[in-house]
Amino acid sequence: MAIYGWLQLVLFVALLFGLAKPVGLYILRVLDAEGKTFLDPLLRSLERLLYRFLGIDPQQEQTWQQYAFSLLVFSLVGCLFTYGVLRLQGILPLNPQHFGPMSPDLAFNTAASFTTNTDWQNYGGESTLSYFSQMVGLVFHNFVSAAAGIGVAAALMRGISRHEAKTVGNFWTDMVRTNLYLLLPLSLLFALFLVSQGVIQTFQPYVPVETLEQTAEGSSPSVQTLAQGPVASQAAIKMLGTNGGGFMNANAAHPYENPTPLSNFLQILAIFLIPSGLTYTLGRMTGNQRHGWAVWSAMALLFLAGLLVAWTAEIAGNPRLHALGVSASGGSMEGKEVRFGIFGSTLFAVVTTDASCGAVNAMHDSLTPLGGLVPLLNIQLGEVIFGGVGAGLYGMLVFVVLTVFLAGLMIGRTPEYLGKKIEAYDIKASVIAVLVPIFSILGFAGWAAVSGWGIAALANRGPHGLSEILYAFSSASGNNGSAFAGLNGNTPWYNMTLGAAMLAGRFFIIVPVLALAGNLARKKRVSDSQGSFPVSDGTFVLLLVATVIIVGALTFFPALSLGPVVEHFIMTGSDRLF
Amino acid sequence: MKNLTFESFYSIKRIRKELYTALAATCFLAILLGGVYPLIVWGLAQGLFPEKANGSLVLRNGQVAGSSLIGQAFSGAAYIHPRPSAAGEGYDGVQSGGSNRGPTSRKLAETVQERVKRYREENGLAADAPVPADAVTASGSGLDPHISRENAFLQAHRVAVARGLTEDAVRRKIESATENRELGFLGEPRVNVLLLNLALDGKL
Repeated sequence: MAIYGWLQLVLFVALLFGLAKPVGLYILRVLDAEGKTFLDPLLRSLERLLYRFLGIDPQQEQTWQQYAFSLLVFSLVGCLFTYGVLRLQGILPLNPQHFGPMSPDLAFNTAASFTTNTDWQNYGGESTLSYFSQMVGLVFHNFVSAAAGIGVAAALMRGISRHEAKTVGNFWTDMVRTNLYLLLPLSLLFALFLVSQGVIQTFQPYVPVETLEQTAEGSSPSVQTLAQGPVASQAAIKMLGTNGGGFMNANAAHPYENPTPLSNFLQILAIFLIPSGLTYTLGRMTGNQRHGWAVWSAMALLFLAGLLVAWTAEIAGNPRLHALGVSASGGSMEGKEVRFGIFGSTLFAVVTTDASCGAVNAMHDSLTPLGGLVPLLNIQLGEVIFGGVGAGLYGMLVFVVLTVFLAGLMIGRTPEYLGKKIEAYDIKASVIAVLVPIFSILGFAGWAAVSGWGIAALANRGPHGLSEILYAFSSASGNNGSAFAGLNGNTPWYNMTLGAAMLAGRFFIIVPVLALAGNLARKKRVSDSQGSFPVSDGTFVLLLVATVIIVGALTFFPALSLGPVVEHFIMTGSDRLF
Repeated sequence: MKNLTFESFYSIKRIRKELYTALAATCFLAILLGGVYPLIVWGLAQGLFPEKANGSLVLRNGQVAGSSLIGQAFSGAAYIHPRPSAAGEGYDGVQSGGSNRGPTSRKLAETVQERVKRYREENGLAADAPVPADAVTASGSGLDPHISRENAFLQAHRVAVARGLTEDAVRRKIESATENRELGFLGEPRVNVLLLNLALDGKL
């Protein structure tokens, strides 16, 4: 069994590596306002039409403040738009199941969730949302929140590569071009592939089925209702844009959303496709391709380490169940699908949390303690292991700045990054971007853990209950969206606090990152000297990995000890149940 | 580009222009990405893969008997049983989801213990025979259409007795209902329960 897992892993990493360059080069052209792509004959006129409609000049670049302002205004308008769609669902079209409007707190939570690329879901898709709400309210955000993330990463890369410049690009140009030339064509192709595997794309109402057993026995027929909908178009962008919001409640575990092992494998690859390619774009834009690969390597190392821990734990399974007579050779199958098996489920869980995707093909709440620890820690490290589209790269670059700073302190020189002096302003901006999610995760989780409203929502008791709370606020603050889904987050308290965590975890990182971009752009180039810290060799990769782990581990070790770590020892070393 | 002062940057005119652009972008992109894009996928999907785009439905006598992708509940002795389901009351097609029980949950342990006991009784297994993990755990979707081959073969005897068939005949049906690893190494070998039961009924 393990041999097939290894084969899948080798192929996965090989594809990731091989696709980084072509994807990265393509993104480079997309992010250049005058870049040429093979899609120009098809899309150039539509692009120009859009600019005219928006009233913008695509060549007119913005300062970082203007870039941030445009992004914030657009996010606010988009958030209100989706809130409106969800509240008015009952009178809007394409609602064959006649779902009523969402409650105000749930609609706020959902609108914030999709605006911030989190896609946390406090509702069951197939029992709550009309086809119109899914498409217009949510798929729209799947695209634009992904494009906004890529735009911020582009602004930061421009900031790093420019000298004595005032501007970092144009938000609207990045938004339009990323959607038209990158996300839309990729999603279209991927959606069609998914349909070929069995993912549905229909506007028919739900299908009633008279089940086989009942009709055969002649008793009153029992009916199973099959949920339908335009699933493929949403499933494609939810992976490619690292959104993760499922059409169905069970997300990518649902056979209509992820029917085959092949669709599963390529959905996982789709999560990492753009984030991996962006590291190559980084190398090109900064004129130091080896730096791009160094960042890629650090990400790959962290990914492999997490995967091996989680995979081992899931293969070993739950000794408590083995003692009851469950075969130990099957691994931990609670919450998993037979067609994906242990490896296909574990790889998905690790990748979806390395990135800020948050789609799930297995229920994370039922993972073994260490199998669940890895996704939780992945999110808490800031989702910088390839990470969300754009968000992963800019998150990792913040850690790169901190690494260079720490290395500078160690050797007693002014830290430099690719010919730029790293100064107090840059470090302050970076530290804010690192600290905000930490405060949000631990602050909100601590509050919920000692509050009635926090405890009442739990599905599991004991240390696993704390893990549920911790996971919820990590996922929201990290804009991931996966869940220990036993927690009933659809209460006014959770809807509000999780919504606030999502907004903080998105915009209080984006604004400091853009400030960093603007400040780096205006700096002069300092010439390379003997004392410059090389950012393209093995030492740098290891220092970067160490920085990410040390910041994350020091911060979250106490909380994790009380959750998954102690649960692991209780599970393996006692017979206590909760 | 001119250097902007604080006043000119935050002027009402400027904010109004940004608001207009944001509104226009939202309208245009919502139509393109939330409307045109799903419709194009829908058109192509219905043209190229109509059967799959509409849910891989299995028809019997012109009636929909189910979907080859979605599991159905079976509990009679004459049918191969699917995995336990946490979707609604079990295999509810509009309540997909898992049990979300954690590894040290008492409810999980008690439920699994009871399922193990029933599985052994139903299939005439020894009181200490190991039971396949997928037979006594709920899937993530609650709609898992598959079970493992081991699980299916352990049920062959019971089904054969209930139907008056030889166990070999049932085993052959299981073999032909087995789906192998895709491309030889992706996923796990598995048996589609609904299709197997339809085959056993001679309705496929």
